[in-house]
Amino acid sequence: MKHRLTIAAITAALLATTGLARAEGELNLFNWGNYTAPEMIKKFEETYKVKVTVTDYDSNDTALGKIRQGGHGYDIVVPSASYVPIWISEGLLLESNPNQMENFKNVDPRWVDVPFDPGRKYTVPWQWGTTGVSVDTSVYKGDINTSAIFLDPPPELAGKINVVPEMADVMHLAIRYVGGEPCTGDLEVLKKVRDKLVEAKTKWISMNYGNIEAMAKGDYAATVNWNGSSMRMRKEKAAIHYGYPKEGYPIWMDNAAILKDAKNVENAKLFLNFIMDPENAALISGFAKYGNGIMGSEKFMDPEMTSAPEIVAPPEFADKGAFMLTCAPEVQALYTKIWTEIQK
Amino acid sequence: MARSNFAIKRQPGFATIAIFCFALLYLPIATLVVFAFNAGRSVAIWEGFSLRWFQQAWNNDLVLEASIRSVQIASTAAIIATVAATMAAIATTRTKPYRGLTAKYAFINQPLMIPEIVTAVALLIVFSRIKVATGYSGLGYLIAAHTAFCIPFAYLPIRARLESMDLTLETAAADLYATPWKAFTRITLPLLWPGIIAGLMLAFVISLDDVVITEFVKSGGQDTLPTYMLGQLRRVVTPEMNAISTVFLLISILIVTLFFFISRRRT
Amino acid sequence: MTTAAEIAARAEREDIRKRWLLSTPALVIIFLAGIGPLLVVVLYSFLTPGPYGDVKWEFSTDAWIGVFLQRDMFDDTLGIADAHLSIFLRSVRLSFATTILTLIFGFPTAYFIATRPERTQALWLFVITIPFWTNLLIRTFAVQEVIRNEGILNNALIWLGITSTPIQILYTDWAIGIGMVYVYLPLMVLPLYASMEKLDFRLVEAGYDLYATRFQVLRRIIIPLVKPGIIAGSILVFIPSLGAYVTPRVLGGGRQMMLGNLIELQFGAGRNWPLGAALALTLTVIVTVALLFYVRYAAQSEQRHG
Repeated sequence: MKHRLTIAAITAALLATTGLARAEGELNLFNWGNYTAPEMIKKFEETYKVKVTVTDYDSNDTALGKIRQGGHGYDIVVPSASYVPIWISEGLLLESNPNQMENFKNVDPRWVDVPFDPGRKYTVPWQWGTTGVSVDTSVYKGDINTSAIFLDPPPELAGKINVVPEMADVMHLAIRYVGGEPCTGDLEVLKKVRDKLVEAKTKWISMNYGNIEAMAKGDYAATVNWNGSSMRMRKEKAAIHYGYPKEGYPIWMDNAAILKDAKNVENAKLFLNFIMDPENAALISGFAKYGNGIMGSEKFMDPEMTSAPEIVAPPEFADKGAFMLTCAPEVQALYTKIWTEIQK
Repeated sequence: MARSNFAIKRQPGFATIAIFCFALLYLPIATLVVFAFNAGRSVAIWEGFSLRWFQQAWNNDLVLEASIRSVQIASTAAIIATVAATMAAIATTRTKPYRGLTAKYAFINQPLMIPEIVTAVALLIVFSRIKVATGYSGLGYLIAAHTAFCIPFAYLPIRARLESMDLTLETAAADLYATPWKAFTRITLPLLWPGIIAGLMLAFVISLDDVVITEFVKSGGQDTLPTYMLGQLRRVVTPEMNAISTVFLLISILIVTLFFFISRRRT
Repeated sequence: MTTAAEIAARAEREDIRKRWLLSTPALVIIFLAGIGPLLVVVLYSFLTPGPYGDVKWEFSTDAWIGVFLQRDMFDDTLGIADAHLSIFLRSVRLSFATTILTLIFGFPTAYFIATRPERTQALWLFVITIPFWTNLLIRTFAVQEVIRNEGILNNALIWLGITSTPIQILYTDWAIGIGMVYVYLPLMVLPLYASMEKLDFRLVEAGYDLYATRFQVLRRIIIPLVKPGIIAGSILVFIPSLGAYVTPRVLGGGRQMMLGNLIELQFGAGRNWPLGAALALTLTVIVTVALLFYVRYAAQSEQRHG
């Protein structure tokens, strides 16, 4: 009897301590690698007395595959726009209605009625950017606002062009270059795309990531690139400019959302609200170097960034961008075939 | 033993090639260390001396935890794998062919044959079910996965060593009525040691470098250095990684030197 | 009455039982975290791809057909999947070259270590493995740094007067070769060392007594003696290099796919898990069969040489 009492007392004490630990709270964030500003996390932890654990993933497909299998223990994930509809249709995201949250008023109206989550019932903007071309203007003086830079390269650039090995971005650029619609399944268009890519590829030197140094050191004279990365190149070498392909270029946006089987839903909601605060959104941008879609965050950002031509598209090209979308599975299969074909 | 003037161990050019190899191995490592001290953000464009990346790495909890976790997993997995591989190697060498021997050999080497991404996806599917069923999501999964793919890397050098060893000493021990255990610890094990060390080192290195399987098996808060690094590949690579690698190098060199001096004093 | 033959048979049975017992831990671990899950892959290869990755639970052999045959997306003719074939052959060529090169550089290095005084051997082993305690990507970037046009290597060549303009090494097959040897060298050196250490130099001496040249001694005595190490090293280099893609991408430029990329594509943006599974299993079967033949052949030729 006495023993039983002791055990009960110990159990109670244990429960109390773990209960306390719970009250302090946890939050498990599953995000792209090197994308979460440590200061922002620290600030959140201090404000809400919540312990945040950040875990990285390296691609949308990895993240989707892992969450779909279950048993993951994450609360928040940051999928790209083109994957959000998949996450929603597979029932992986919680309808947390961020549009009702206090800080939602700060979201730029441009990013509220987005095709992948109309009215923002599930997701909150994290970072967004564009895919275009970076060109060393000391090598090539012509027009850089075109996909011809890598699809019909001028002789000055031939043999010094890099293309990022991202199927979705490259296919989007190529399809719009030949006059097609994103995610098209039109075989006429796709045949042109394939022929164009096969022909252009002979003038590329590589299909590679991590090209800031390579551009700055002159291994490449041009590369398909993301805008934030291009801005960093310009800092290393002033002659490197970012071109917005006038034939059309993809806009991508990564969005934070709460998972349906999240264990710390309340903390996760606090977090979504937290990152819609301009000051906090600015912290994310300061780290990841992309735009955040939160109005008023410019005030807290490095002025160099808010005026950068890589972040603020010139008006004549601003409407040439289109969201990367979720392509139909049978269309995706065609793209995979073309992608394999050009690299065989 | 009298030394003859004729160096029987010498093979022309071998020492030159070896020295050349050592130099080549360390040339990139040297550049890596140099850029750890870069003041700029780049791992290739020198902008002056600075310790900022060491400071940044030191303040980056994510990186520190990932480094410690990497070493933790690699050492645990390498040790378990080496012990299992040593036993398996003894069981599969120096014997008349018996039923199942070839199958066993193929089985043990199987982790080598399967492309990493496939093992990774398969483990994700299986381990997720176990995670859901048991509620346990600790480091055990990563250690189990790493141990499995480390086994062939430990097994092959140990096996190679065993095959090149001759049996006479062990037979002699048996003739002198030494128990099998005694014969093993006093004779086989010391002879086998270079193979075991080689296997252990390989297993450690292989585990330390693994990205794909770790990426798929890890649970929340279980990033290792390589998976952390993977995220940088697509965005931007900063000298922070160089700084961490430099610290790693320093520590390992320190340990090795210490180890060397201690073992020398003893002899 | 038990005959001598029966006693011997019993001893042999006992020996085999012990051998199975000894290998149990390794077999169990590999079964749980290696082969077992592979059965899932086999199952998946016979299912239908899910619309956005993963699988639908409907039986299909499309994936297996897709490994070898493909329907042209434009004129709808059925032909051999030449893309898969050429990617496969490229990977095999690369692995083969890597194995030969690491052997050429690794053999003398291992020999050098194995002939050092016993005290310092462990030290040399550390010297060769320490570079590999740094992350693969970081290491590959460091190699890139050395061989790029403005890198140390080209500067050295220009300084030595060997060339006046930088030689383009980066993004060529040379770069892949250099990188692969760099990455896989310890996988060759360590098993070689393991079988060379305590090499019986009395045999070498006997060779010289019979007026053999150094090369003859190497070829006729040393190499046959360390053959197990050569086999182990070749396996450890050849097979992992089949799946290599970081080095070909970063140093070679990655304009052409390797097997690793092809399979990963199916599990990633390609969203065709069954095809990925079937491709991987095809590779696994080919490699396993090749390995068994190789080992058997090597064992036979060993017997022939005595």
